[in-house]
Amino acid sequence: MSKATKTKYAYNRHPATFILLLILSLAMIFPFVWMILSSFKTAADVYQYPPRWIPSVWNWKNYSRVFSMIPFLRYYWNSIYTTVVETALQIIISILAAYSLVHLRWPGQAFITALMRSTMFVPMVVTMIPMYLLCASLGLVDTYAGIILPQITTAFTTFLLMSYFASIPQDMIDAAKLDGCGPTGIMMRVVVPNTKGAIATATLFSFLGNWKSYTWPLIITSKTAYRTLPIGLKYLTQESSSEYQVMMAAAVMTILPVLIVFIFFEKQLVRSITLTGMKS
Amino acid sequence: MSSVPSAQKAAPAKKNKIRLFGREYQTNEVLVSILFIVPTLAFMVFTFILPVIDVVELSFTNFNLKTRTLNYIKLDNYKYLLGEEDFWKSLLNTVKYSAMKLTLDTALALFLAVLLDKNIKGKKFFRSSFFAPVVVPMVASSLIWIWFYDPNVGPFNQILGWLGLPGSQWLYHESSALWSILLFSLWKGVGYNVILFLSGLQNIPDSYTEAAKLDGASEWKLFWKVKFPLLRPITSFVIMMGIINSFKVFAEFNVMTPDGGPLGSTKLIVSYIYELAFTNGRMGRACACALMLFALIFVLTQFQSLVGAHKTVDID
Repeated sequence: MSKATKTKYAYNRHPATFILLLILSLAMIFPFVWMILSSFKTAADVYQYPPRWIPSVWNWKNYSRVFSMIPFLRYYWNSIYTTVVETALQIIISILAAYSLVHLRWPGQAFITALMRSTMFVPMVVTMIPMYLLCASLGLVDTYAGIILPQITTAFTTFLLMSYFASIPQDMIDAAKLDGCGPTGIMMRVVVPNTKGAIATATLFSFLGNWKSYTWPLIITSKTAYRTLPIGLKYLTQESSSEYQVMMAAAVMTILPVLIVFIFFEKQLVRSITLTGMKS
Repeated sequence: MSSVPSAQKAAPAKKNKIRLFGREYQTNEVLVSILFIVPTLAFMVFTFILPVIDVVELSFTNFNLKTRTLNYIKLDNYKYLLGEEDFWKSLLNTVKYSAMKLTLDTALALFLAVLLDKNIKGKKFFRSSFFAPVVVPMVASSLIWIWFYDPNVGPFNQILGWLGLPGSQWLYHESSALWSILLFSLWKGVGYNVILFLSGLQNIPDSYTEAAKLDGASEWKLFWKVKFPLLRPITSFVIMMGIINSFKVFAEFNVMTPDGGPLGSTKLIVSYIYELAFTNGRMGRACACALMLFALIFVLTQFQSLVGAHKTVDID
């Protein structure tokens, strides 16, 4: 009996490892649990000593306080709008570039690839000041275009897509050519349909990256109306005068959608992280 | 009917060729490529090439956003920065943070990946719990930690109290502020490298480990003599990205300690650049500082790739 259990339940073979991992992963999750519980606390619960972990009553007022304290919906909309446009542009531009770099032959391919690679090694902090001055001179401060356009960096997604596009067998492309497909037709009818999953993964990756973007939107916006969610939340910490329970309600509304997306797409995310690591 | 399209397709393959730089290309492929690469190129020009040229030029000027003056002052900005205490202090803070972050993050990620590589029940749940903080937005999650770190009503001091340990001032004292943010960024970021190391460990063929086991190698030896050397490419990627990412860190510091922390103890080099440029309007100085930061990152990553490459050769 005991022998059978041992082989059936692997954690019996590594009890110490199992317990250690359990403690560590509970510690990793603790902030999220704290966030959700605390978003229902009353001010009295928050300032009670010793700190109270479970709210005394389940009060939803903190959520409505978020909307009355800051233009939360506006921030949400700004974030969704800029992120969707950035992601769409990044993916379309990257698909075109990746396809022409992998499956077409033209002079200057190596040069463009090298140039693209070098953009990945120069952090935003180096280019942000001239970019700010350029945007200011074009009147793009406090506009959606000002938030969106400078953040269209495509090197990472292009390289990611290139590695997927390269896996399409040459036979398939040759067959399409024989059927009378031109370069555009091959891209639309062969390459893109056969890498749908990969394109979806790249889109997700790029979406999450744009969603959390902080430094550029902070610089380029001065009016409340154009703040994105991260910037709005940053100012909430200063304006809410440590009403922690309200901050938690705002955090729940920001984090929960992302956690839900994460639960559904974890496999794809893990795969693309692994791929970028392998490529190096 | 069918002969018409076949005549069309046969013709371009033979006729429409073009010689460029001594090589022959398909005309239609070249034309389509130009069309397809133009958007990429346009964005590269405006978000990379022009700004890079501009930042170098601006670093030799005294351009001030507030007074709108612009004169060429040669190396004065660099000289000014090298003589400035705030510059050295923020650089030191950045180096302290980066060194600790790099070491702890890499070691912890490797340790967790080794644990997860074992055949353990609930493995998927454990991996997800380490990875989840990576995906959630930075600012929202730092709001939670600002509360954790509250010396009076935060749960951290309460937990320390249960363990019989004295509380800390966390973000509110110069001796602990930097390390508090470090702890937060370890929580936030370690999962990414866990995924990388775990995939590396799982790609090691069983035959390697079986052979070592037959030779009677202990678990400890097996890891250091067989698995760790095989992970070298991933380790060096993790360190490379770690250098780049930790030297340019800004968001969590700006949210958790907007004013550079107690006695400037959490003012990092990027915070310093931000302050020079957007609080004081000293664009010239800020550009010089950004370039020095870039030079530092560049030298460190080059050095790392040299060392990394050298060690790989040793093992083979």
